[in-house]
Amino acid sequence: MSYQIKKFYQTGTLTAGNRLLPSEDHCVQTDPKRHNSLDSGHRACQGCGEALGTRYAIDAAMKATNGQLIVANATGCLEVFSTPYPETSWRVPWVHSLFGNTAAVATGLAAAMRVKGKSDIRVIAQGGDGGTTDIGFGCLSGMFERNDDVLYICYDNQAYMNTGIQRSSATPAAARTATTMAVGDSPGNAFGQGKFLPTIAMAHGIPYVATATVSDLHDLEAKVKRAMEIRGARYIHILVPCPLGWGTASCDTIRVARMAKETGIFPVFEAENGEVTSVLKIRKKQPIAAYLKMQKRYVHLFKKSPKTDVIAQLQEIADDNIKKYGLLEEKCS
Amino acid sequence: MKKSFAITLDPGTSLANHTGSWRTSRPVYTNFLPPCNAACPAGEDIQGWLFHAEIGNYEKAWQSLVENNPIPAIMGRVCYHPCEDSCNRKFIDEPVSINSVERFIGDEALRNGWSFEKPKPSSGKRVLVIGSGPAGLSAAYQLVRAGHKVEIHEAGSMSGGMLRFGIPKYRLPREVLDAEIKRILDLGVTLKLNTKVTNIPEAMKAGKFDAVFMAVGAHVGKHIEIPDADANKVMDAVSVLRSMEGEEKPMLGKRVVVYGGGNTAIDVARSAKRMGATDSTIVYRRTRERMPATVSEVDEVLEEGIKIKWLSTIKHGGESEITVEKMKLDDKGFPQPTGELETLKADSVVLALGQDSDLSLLEGLSDIKIKDGMVEVGSDMMTGHSGVFAGGDMVPSDRTVAVAVGHGKKAARYIDGWLRGKAYILPPKHELASFEKINPWYYSDAPRTARPMIDMQHRQSTFDEVQGGLEETIALFEARRCLSCGNCFGCNNCYSVCPDNAVIKLGPGRRFKINLDYCKGCGLCVEECPCGAIKMVQEDI
Ligand SMILES: Cc1cc2nc3c(=O)[nH]c(=O)nc-3n(C[C@H](O)[C@H](O)[C@H](O)COP(=O)(O)OP(=O)(O)OC[C@H]3O[C@@H](n4cnc5c(N)ncnc54)[C@H](O)[C@@H]3O)c2cc1C
Ligand SMILES: Cc1ncc(C[n+]2csc(CCOP(=O)(O)OP(=O)(O)O)c2C)c(N)n1
Ligand code: SF4
Ligand SMILES: [Mg+2]
Repeated sequence: MSYQIKKFYQTGTLTAGNRLLPSEDHCVQTDPKRHNSLDSGHRACQGCGEALGTRYAIDAAMKATNGQLIVANATGCLEVFSTPYPETSWRVPWVHSLFGNTAAVATGLAAAMRVKGKSDIRVIAQGGDGGTTDIGFGCLSGMFERNDDVLYICYDNQAYMNTGIQRSSATPAAARTATTMAVGDSPGNAFGQGKFLPTIAMAHGIPYVATATVSDLHDLEAKVKRAMEIRGARYIHILVPCPLGWGTASCDTIRVARMAKETGIFPVFEAENGEVTSVLKIRKKQPIAAYLKMQKRYVHLFKKSPKTDVIAQLQEIADDNIKKYGLLEEKCS
Repeated sequence: MKKSFAITLDPGTSLANHTGSWRTSRPVYTNFLPPCNAACPAGEDIQGWLFHAEIGNYEKAWQSLVENNPIPAIMGRVCYHPCEDSCNRKFIDEPVSINSVERFIGDEALRNGWSFEKPKPSSGKRVLVIGSGPAGLSAAYQLVRAGHKVEIHEAGSMSGGMLRFGIPKYRLPREVLDAEIKRILDLGVTLKLNTKVTNIPEAMKAGKFDAVFMAVGAHVGKHIEIPDADANKVMDAVSVLRSMEGEEKPMLGKRVVVYGGGNTAIDVARSAKRMGATDSTIVYRRTRERMPATVSEVDEVLEEGIKIKWLSTIKHGGESEITVEKMKLDDKGFPQPTGELETLKADSVVLALGQDSDLSLLEGLSDIKIKDGMVEVGSDMMTGHSGVFAGGDMVPSDRTVAVAVGHGKKAARYIDGWLRGKAYILPPKHELASFEKINPWYYSDAPRTARPMIDMQHRQSTFDEVQGGLEETIALFEARRCLSCGNCFGCNNCYSVCPDNAVIKLGPGRRFKINLDYCKGCGLCVEECPCGAIKMVQEDI
């Protein structure tokens, strides 16, 4: 079960750590002794969702494993902003891998630990959406199929940000990137392409798959914790807005992630052995246009003659998600 | 070590990399002014005392509350709560029931016998307070706490002013009134009843007072002549309400007509009903929307079966009836006669047309300015006569208990400064914590709870208190609906959402600090602060 909102009401119920809640209900992030797996001084942009998401996730995993953790990292912003030779921001045992083989490297690490009789040491592989859904997908699928004892975390910022915002197979339809320019009859990324890796992971029948965003910290931490309770191949897909690539204000990173969830365009759920077991409901449903308008990568949809047909198509995708995952609270009749 | 291309640091941790240098603006922790506080005429720190109530520390909440208002159990019953009208929570669902929580805390204090902090060491100065209404009581309380000797001179035989002789029992039980007044007197305030001040300089001399605070209220009912009416059957509202407190209850008869549209008219009509009137009718010359009475009181009066004739004036009287003329509003919104007449049975007519102050005590003090029957004071509450201050209903104001309490406090601060030869300087107001500063996402849905009311039969036939208090769990729930607008409540969001770990946690209850070595100025902490207590400030670059 993912994080459940406490049923009693109080000042700031949903904050990271309300003083009115017992400390066991506070997020790991509120702990003054949290691990700070990704330390200060990293070079991510102002307001980087990926930097935030990775600290959320790895700190939660460090807590869940009592610090017995090794992380393998694909290249991408996550690596480049954290570890430009010879310095690093990582405060965990951390292994550089190539762009495409992180899952395989992590599999190797887990095997090594097992052979050395140290299976209490757990392994996480992490990478961006490009590294995960495109070039690293073969290794990842293999890791799933063999049910290797690795948690793979994908930080999805919906493009190849590190090399200058090129399209990946996780780039959403209509979004402008350096390789899907806002020109021609159907500007931005094409409809009908791309993949949603969480459902592909589920199709492998692995024990645990979840999605999360940087806007619901309680939920994200609960999912990492749950993942670490399970052995075998696990996959968490975290939506991490990128102010640079999305064209959002650096202060809006969490807000835009929240809008992705509240519109239904990014379904937040949890699945075990291929079946959805819980969804994070929409609290106040928002129209897709409100989400799109926050981002310059969709600005071409809102020019003098707004592309209402395109917006309607995106709305349909969101509505389909809502229906498919049951994202809205059922109204009592 | 010779560094290779684009390498700026030696091997090691990124902590050496002070990314704070990228910043063009910085987050600054602030205390903004919550809109409830801004709207409170008594100057209460509402958000401040709710903060203590939220963890169930009602005594601390009460101590914080009485810094500004010594009569919360009274105020929790009679205040028109402009705080609630401006509460930011109304943009989410409904305002916090501030008034109910105030009453709960006030009642808890009385139940548990909590007492005020001890006064400061004696200043040796003496202050005369004229009138024991809320303005006088509030000033006396603040002055005695500041170390001055205070005497209240009250013309009446009982203290409380309009709290006792205006506001009926069914809204303010007298045990509550007496208990809160007693607590003020117990601080060492001397109250002299039946002591009407008629000459201020003489009174000052006789009692060796160094300063005076006047708060004589407005007790003289405005009168109009009703043609052909039996003068014995026309009364004024304040006298009627006043006599309710005495042995001899007013003789109103079975059919009572009240003329006026303010809260006083409502109180008289409701009192008449409780005294056995079969027909209690309010006649008012304008529309319901334009009635000065508060909306909730109009609702309550109608619930109790009292009729209101809007757009009507009394044309003339008669044997046991009055003639009423229908009005209609002209383009400018003024009522104009229509010539359409109607008779109403009436054993008595009560005029509730407003009150004037009896300012005869000012005779000979030509430097005190009077305008429209009210005393003019400066922003320091001092009249034109040095050392004589005034507040409450006798100065131009909204004429409410909260205003009176606020005036009393404000005057006391200036009197204290004046007596010590160190002029009191009003601290600058913080910027308003408007709703745009709030991030409502973090608050769960929590609709307001209604106050319990006694049943209709009791409402119509007894002077029992109409509104009940809140139970502890509900009071706590209401307190926790507060958004803590503009003031940190220690939720840890800023500490959690910083992508650069640039927020330092100073420990429980000690809030947070920004580590400017690493803060890149992204603004996430500001955006995700639920209560809007952080602001971005441009760096000088
Ligand atoms: C019927 C009625 C209902 C009301 N209901 C509400 C309500 O629900 N909520 C609300 O906020 N407000 C209400 N008000 C208004 C509120 O009561 C007044 O605004 C408030 O009491 C004013 O306080 P005050 O101290 O200025 O004067 P008062 O309360 O009028 O007190 C003045 C005191 O001075 C004394 N005094 C007068 N002259 C002298 C003298 N020369 N020497 C010595 N003593 C003197 C008087 O006897 C009196 O005790 C109501 C008013 C009325 C009439
Ligand atoms: C095999 C290989 N091809 C290309 C690159 C160049 N490269 C480095 S990072 C990157 C993009 C990373 O995108 P993504 O995985 O989405 O991570 P992000 O930077 O968006 O976080 C690319 C193409 C590489 N390092 N290795
Ligand atoms: S480009 Fe995007 S993902 Fe990369 S550091 Fe900047 S904000 Fe983060
Ligand atoms: Mg990416």
